[in-house]
Amino acid sequence: MRRAWGEARGRARRWAGGFLILGIGLTGCAAQSPSILAPVSPKGRAEAELFWFIFLITAGVFVLVETLLLYAIFRFRARDPQAIPPQIHGNNALEISWTTATAVGLAVIFAMTWRTMAATSQPPADALPVKVIGHQWWWEFQYPTLGITTANELVIPAGRPIRATVTSADVIHSFWVPQLGGKMDAIPGRENVLWLQSDVEGTYYGQCAELCGISHANMRLRVHVVSEAGFQRWVEAQRAPAAQPTEPLAQQGYQVFMSKACVGCHTIDGTPAQGKVGPNLTHVGSRTTIAAGLLQNTPEDLARWLDNPPAIKPGSLMPRLGLTPDEIQALVAYLSSLK
Amino acid sequence: MASPTVAMPRVYEERGLLSWLTTVDHKRIGILYILGAGFFALIGGLEALLIRTQLTVPNNRVLVGEAYNQVLTMHGTTMIFLVVMPVLAGLGNYVIPLMIGARDMAYPRLNAFGVWMFWLGGLFLNLSFLLGGAPDAGWFGYAPLTAKTFSKGTGIDFWILGLQLLGISSITSSINFVSTILLLRAPGLSLNRLPLFAWTTLVTSFLILFAMPSISAALFLLFLDRHLGTHFFNPAAGGDPLLWQHLFWFFGHPEVYIMILPAMGIVSEVLPVFSRKPLFGYTAVAYSSVAIGFIGFTVWAHHMFAVGLPDVVNAFFSAASMLVAVPTAIKVFNWIATIWGGAVRYRTPFLFAAAFVALFVIGGLSGLFLAAVPVDWQVTDTYFVVAHFHYTLFGGSMFAIVAGIYYWFPKITGRFLDERLGRLHFALQFIGFNLTFFPMHFLGLAGMPRRIYTYAPGLGWEGLNLLATVGAFILALGFVVFFMNIARSLAVGEPAPADPWDGHTLEWLTASPPPPYNFARIPVVRSRRPAWDLKYTGNPHPRPVVEITEGDDRKAGEDAPEGREPIHLPAPSIWPLVIAAGLTLFALGLVTHWIFLVIGVLMFALGMARWATQPLFPEVHEAHGS
Repeated sequence: MRRAWGEARGRARRWAGGFLILGIGLTGCAAQSPSILAPVSPKGRAEAELFWFIFLITAGVFVLVETLLLYAIFRFRARDPQAIPPQIHGNNALEISWTTATAVGLAVIFAMTWRTMAATSQPPADALPVKVIGHQWWWEFQYPTLGITTANELVIPAGRPIRATVTSADVIHSFWVPQLGGKMDAIPGRENVLWLQSDVEGTYYGQCAELCGISHANMRLRVHVVSEAGFQRWVEAQRAPAAQPTEPLAQQGYQVFMSKACVGCHTIDGTPAQGKVGPNLTHVGSRTTIAAGLLQNTPEDLARWLDNPPAIKPGSLMPRLGLTPDEIQALVAYLSSLK
Repeated sequence: MASPTVAMPRVYEERGLLSWLTTVDHKRIGILYILGAGFFALIGGLEALLIRTQLTVPNNRVLVGEAYNQVLTMHGTTMIFLVVMPVLAGLGNYVIPLMIGARDMAYPRLNAFGVWMFWLGGLFLNLSFLLGGAPDAGWFGYAPLTAKTFSKGTGIDFWILGLQLLGISSITSSINFVSTILLLRAPGLSLNRLPLFAWTTLVTSFLILFAMPSISAALFLLFLDRHLGTHFFNPAAGGDPLLWQHLFWFFGHPEVYIMILPAMGIVSEVLPVFSRKPLFGYTAVAYSSVAIGFIGFTVWAHHMFAVGLPDVVNAFFSAASMLVAVPTAIKVFNWIATIWGGAVRYRTPFLFAAAFVALFVIGGLSGLFLAAVPVDWQVTDTYFVVAHFHYTLFGGSMFAIVAGIYYWFPKITGRFLDERLGRLHFALQFIGFNLTFFPMHFLGLAGMPRRIYTYAPGLGWEGLNLLATVGAFILALGFVVFFMNIARSLAVGEPAPADPWDGHTLEWLTASPPPPYNFARIPVVRSRRPAWDLKYTGNPHPRPVVEITEGDDRKAGEDAPEGREPIHLPAPSIWPLVIAAGLTLFALGLVTHWIFLVIGVLMFALGMARWATQPLFPEVHEAHGS
């Protein structure tokens, strides 16, 4: 008796757990996801509004059509296996009605589509230019008017429109930060323009949306939307030359960096390191993540990355360099000091 | 009375492997297509389960990076080119000559060549797993990811050449369908009496003939880029990656209609029979298929709304894409009106056909979001699209295909599929399908891109991914029941008469399974439902084509008038298979060792020479029909 009760309770708990998972999944959209239905930009909001508009129409059609279908199936079930129903071949008035109704509904949706597209496809004229360059598998951001180059974390001032020029250094990628609006493909040899803007400070998650090879899943990015004052501070910090290492361990890390393969691929302004293949590391210490958003920018994660990049980002162009633990610790100290 | 004079090639009466390898009988070829598609469906299904298993939880390590991309690419390529297209070609091959009262397809040996090209092309493509890795750039193979610089292995070459081989198969089978449907219809079977499955297959065949050259050319250019140093798609040397996308989608979008139109045709056959009514609005349904075919060629750039095309171009393709919804809606309303007022019998084919309508509507409506450019900028390349096209191609095409298999299985094998297992299969497939794919709408809206092998926790994607994986395994269980049902029915299934469903069309007027020559005497057609008329409207014809209840063609033969023409059946031939094998070895030689190239060319030349000189018809000898 007690055991049966326990089993029933276990079953109930499992069912509840199942529904909870479903519920979390469904509500997750709004709560914690980079949801297109939680936009923070004028473009994203216009797109979400169009989504809801089409949703209302299609939901109505869905309910109507499925109800008619189910009604027909259950209402006209054959009771007598020999019965022959009236043989109706068609009805022109009905054909014309549903064809016209569909066409009218679509015309309305198209008109709304055109309106939204015209309003959002180009940034305002006074927008701040930013160049977005997709690489296998990380993002490069250049601010041509400010002389800043950074990677994987885009910093923009709240309320100011950004004119993002999107392109690629190798294969096709797609730049997408859902809460800031629709995506734009990064195509080698082409420069596509995307209006970015956020009115709400915060950090927004995005990632590459076009299959671009082995680590397509690992090509993530973040957009930090900061206050205008915060942005100015950030700009000044970024335009400053790279910090000189002061700690002995960091100085040792500097030596490792400059003597190993690192310099072939990475730039640190004001040092001999002028490689252009990998991310610019002049102010890498100021970023919150490393490895295209895969890891937090902590000494532990940085050490993991330096030890074996392809284990974290399969196919990574940065190979396993065979660094000793001491070299890694020194490099971590140096890179972390590059605020 | 005289027995029918049937020119029976010796091999027809044989069983055994050779009789299948040399067959030119459209029914056997149809079965070969369906068996091949079933085999590849197992592979494609396992690939789907691997994908779902990997995505069950965040940061999973089951199928990572390149391996995931290979499985992803092969799942898409397999399901499109090796499952949906060939199974529709197989059902068409088996059923359409019977439906239109023909003795075979117009070009029987070309037909055999087509099925072997499909089998060998499919095996060739899958051989890549064993020879250095499968293609891994997606079924759409966007340049420049497919360029030699970024894809150094032979996977992409297997993909290019495999699709070329399969393209040859599709083109030959389409030529055959067009010729057969336009030229070999029974007396009285005018185009406006043509069964809808034949109508939609006709439209699909034209789509293949006009769309395939585009991808064939694109694949050829890509091959040149990879191996002869041309730069068609290389932006660094003045080429354009978008050229690939235009050429690919000019094929790729008609391709989705290629996969859905015959499925709509099947549903348009099944719903009337099980509602005991004629198809409502026959003309509207038939012409809307033609309209979908035409409009289908003007929508390709809706796959490219995010590549930076000008607003006006995007607007044109947006409008054209929405326009497709008109003929599609016409069909849906006519299907519902067909059931309306009928005497509906809930047999398994009906369940799947009705579910097709219910699910296809969801896929069609979600398509409107994708046609609306600004919404598409958000949801393209996300799981929303994965949900959308699985509702059209699985909830749509695959449900209709399963309906067609339950419907025609008794005709093909002479045995029913089991009704109780059929219902269990239906329940599992319906529940599993919706559990797998409905949550993907939400995943896409929640910002999850397609084609990622892993994702971080904390983005609100965990629960829905878990749910989708559970659904996928329920779906797989449904197919296990399906295959069990088929195996069981082949062995001990309830025998089926000639006309098990009280059918409307000509295929139900001959025995189950039909004799090699299909009809002892070609029936004369007076309406859109020749079989129904024979049974219910008083016989407008002097006498029945056959005794429907017995389904014995020989009996019909005894009714044949004196002195009639002998029935000629084409001779079996091994050369179509030899030519197909030659082409496949040629392709293998291009990727691996040149020796295969030489063998392939020799086999091809030999096969062509022997094919050309072998007479189509054997000597006529008397086969006594009693």
